[in-house]
Amino acid sequence: MDAAEQTLPAEQAGRRRCVSLLAGAIAGELHAAWDALKDKPETKPVRGPETGLVMVRGRIGGGGSPFNLGEATVTRATIALASGTVGHAQALGTDKQKVRLAAIFDALWQEDATREHIESRLLTPIENRIAAENKAKAEETAATRVDFFTMVRGED
Amino acid sequence: MYVAVKGGEAAISNAHRLLADRRRGDRSLPSITIDQVAEQLGLAVDRVMAEASLYDRSLAALAVRQSRGDLIEAIFLLRAYRTTLPRFGSSVPLDTAEMQVERRVSATYKDLPGGQLLGPTFDYTHRLLDPSLLSDEAVEEPARRNAGDEQIMRVSDILAHEGLIEADGELPQDHQAGDLTREPMEFPMSRDLRLQALARGDEGFLLALGYSTQRGYGRNHPFVGEIRIGEVEVEMDVPELGFAVSLGHIRVTECQMVNQFKGSSKAPPQFTRGYGLVFGQSERKSMSMSLVDRALRAEELGEDITAPAQDEEFVISHSDNVQATGFVEHLKLPHYVDFQAELAMVRRMRADIEGARDGETEMKDAAE
Repeated sequence: MDAAEQTLPAEQAGRRRCVSLLAGAIAGELHAAWDALKDKPETKPVRGPETGLVMVRGRIGGGGSPFNLGEATVTRATIALASGTVGHAQALGTDKQKVRLAAIFDALWQEDATREHIESRLLTPIENRIAAENKAKAEETAATRVDFFTMVRGED
Repeated sequence: MYVAVKGGEAAISNAHRLLADRRRGDRSLPSITIDQVAEQLGLAVDRVMAEASLYDRSLAALAVRQSRGDLIEAIFLLRAYRTTLPRFGSSVPLDTAEMQVERRVSATYKDLPGGQLLGPTFDYTHRLLDPSLLSDEAVEEPARRNAGDEQIMRVSDILAHEGLIEADGELPQDHQAGDLTREPMEFPMSRDLRLQALARGDEGFLLALGYSTQRGYGRNHPFVGEIRIGEVEVEMDVPELGFAVSLGHIRVTECQMVNQFKGSSKAPPQFTRGYGLVFGQSERKSMSMSLVDRALRAEELGEDITAPAQDEEFVISHSDNVQATGFVEHLKLPHYVDFQAELAMVRRMRADIEGARDGETEMKDAAE
């Protein structure tokens, strides 16, 4: 992710972060942010929401040639705002409502008038939650790390 | 003559109604929810996802409940469901080096960067039934310790520095990863296709084959270089955006098996490798997969093919439990006409033999 972000222009990298965070959102976070919106935008569906499959690929030996590991369910949606701005979202799973809202928020993020609101009300909290969850998991795993020690043998 | 017979609609309908009743069981007990299955029988859900070759925890949990815990039936349900969906594309290959590790052990190095992380393991439990689970006792929160930021290095990268181990498997540059769900199987098969088949293969079948190599049927001198379990990001190129974005995370188990190899006419003495990668948390399956992956590389490495685990066509053709159960279980469906035909034939053969014997006896009697 880091390498790809470095090679993308700033605007694309920002969009990529937005779309990726929206994919990692919990449905409740998106519904709450939607309910909190004062001026709910008019939206028009362009495509979906629709559920399909993505073939997840791995690499032989971890870093070799790709192979097809198996599929995962994925749901995607594209919407357009009245201004013509198109929002796009996709996430693992089959939650169409969640992905439709994510597409709307992606569109609102692209509009100067609402970007700051989406950042502070939605993206930053999602980012913080994910960071906190990852930290907790890492600490729980770290507590199961084996500390080896050498037994002092009885002979001199 | 082929005679079609109808009937049994009422019996079938009532049988399914009875199935629904038995699935629900004692009505005085609360019914189990999909979330409860996903959270508390998580490893059953993982197995269903792995062998159905479809990652979706909620749907797999639904399948486990619907199948009354018959996991092969659940796998069948999920496989059937996947055929109803269109495919949007392929992911960017997973980067397991970037995994959020929940467990990582190595049997080859004691002190390795990142350490031995036991995670939520059954290892070192005493396998005594735990009476505390008979009731709903409160469970302690997990212990925590500062994680530091040491990178959890891949064991294969550590060994690679010495040049004594083969690299991650590379197929020719122009090779397109094959897909079993799109093309019919053909033998011999490339390693990418074999890994796809093994990743969805039956855990019990692969376990038995892996075990057979340890017992001497195609011995390949394995060490667990590393097992790691954790979540990895799934990314996909989205044409509308022009770059790859995250779709979310999935949990996988990866096993790097390192095998001592004396060398052959095709390869010098070195450590060779078998690879296992499985959806969900499934150490036994990923270890078995890596043993069988290594065994199936016999031809590539110039080894004699002497054992079942090395026989590609045998292993891959019989590893899919949905196919296997379909063919074995179809035997219980009506074969009335086939059997009548066989019965008539056996009667006729018997009559012919008896007729011939009677003929001989008459000849003997006449001679005497």
